[in-house]
Amino acid sequence: MVPLSWYLMLAAFLFSCGLYGALARRNAIAMLMGIELMLNAANINLVAFWRHGVGPMEDLTGQAFAVLIIGLAAAEAAVGLALIIAVYRERRTIDVDELDILAG
Amino acid sequence: MQLPLGVEVPIPTFEQFVFIQVALLTAIAGLAVVTSRNLFHSALALTLTFFGVAGIYVFLEAEFLAVSQILVYVGAIAMLIAFAIMLTRSMMYGRTSPLNNQWGKASLFAVFFFAALLAFARATPWPAAGEEVVADEALIAALGREFVTTYVIAFEVLGLLLLLALVGAVMLARDR
Repeated sequence: MVPLSWYLMLAAFLFSCGLYGALARRNAIAMLMGIELMLNAANINLVAFWRHGVGPMEDLTGQAFAVLIIGLAAAEAAVGLALIIAVYRERRTIDVDELDILAG
Repeated sequence: MQLPLGVEVPIPTFEQFVFIQVALLTAIAGLAVVTSRNLFHSALALTLTFFGVAGIYVFLEAEFLAVSQILVYVGAIAMLIAFAIMLTRSMMYGRTSPLNNQWGKASLFAVFFFAALLAFARATPWPAAGEEVVADEALIAALGREFVTTYVIAFEVLGLLLLLALVGAVMLARDR
């Protein structure tokens, strides 16, 4: 069976990729993709800890958490993309470097 | 055979061998999401990553999550992202760099963060692998029962949140 640390390594790699994407990309949609990657990495960790945890298998807290996070990610993506489209209507750009009207 | 994280394994079993393939596919697709210059290629790589994560859930005996992952992420979120890309003409074919001017610091930070996570994962004594489970309908039924008993409040709040988020998204994005 696959050891827990392999899952943790994969999740750490995906999270770091998402972190880089969210910090370094110019495009708002690309930033949102980075956030989705990070959410997925967190979910892998939750389910891996459920599977390899000390508790009994019938305690499904890890899986329940992961289901709730998937739902939250869907809500976040819907609102985030709607905001991006609204911003694009106003400014004709979604380059986050140019969206600085609140900068003092 | 010596692997990172100080894990000593003799020769990977068949399950581990398949896991390595799926994990590599997921990791490479995840890297392609953030390095691809064309935003649409990023979205396609993101879809592949979602499929890979669904495969990882199958390895973890979480079949319900694997199916939800494909339904919600591939079916809904990847489609939403593809539509948003097409609606905003944001492909950015070679016009400018897809990266902002803090990408150097960001990549350094991401690499160090990855190294720190690996170090934590290595230093922590994890419990030995849990008992063997064969995921079956009973586990999914138990998950469903948890959602109408223990987690009923969270479940209802999540439903309300999704409804409000979708109504809000329509309000935000509609043409005035």
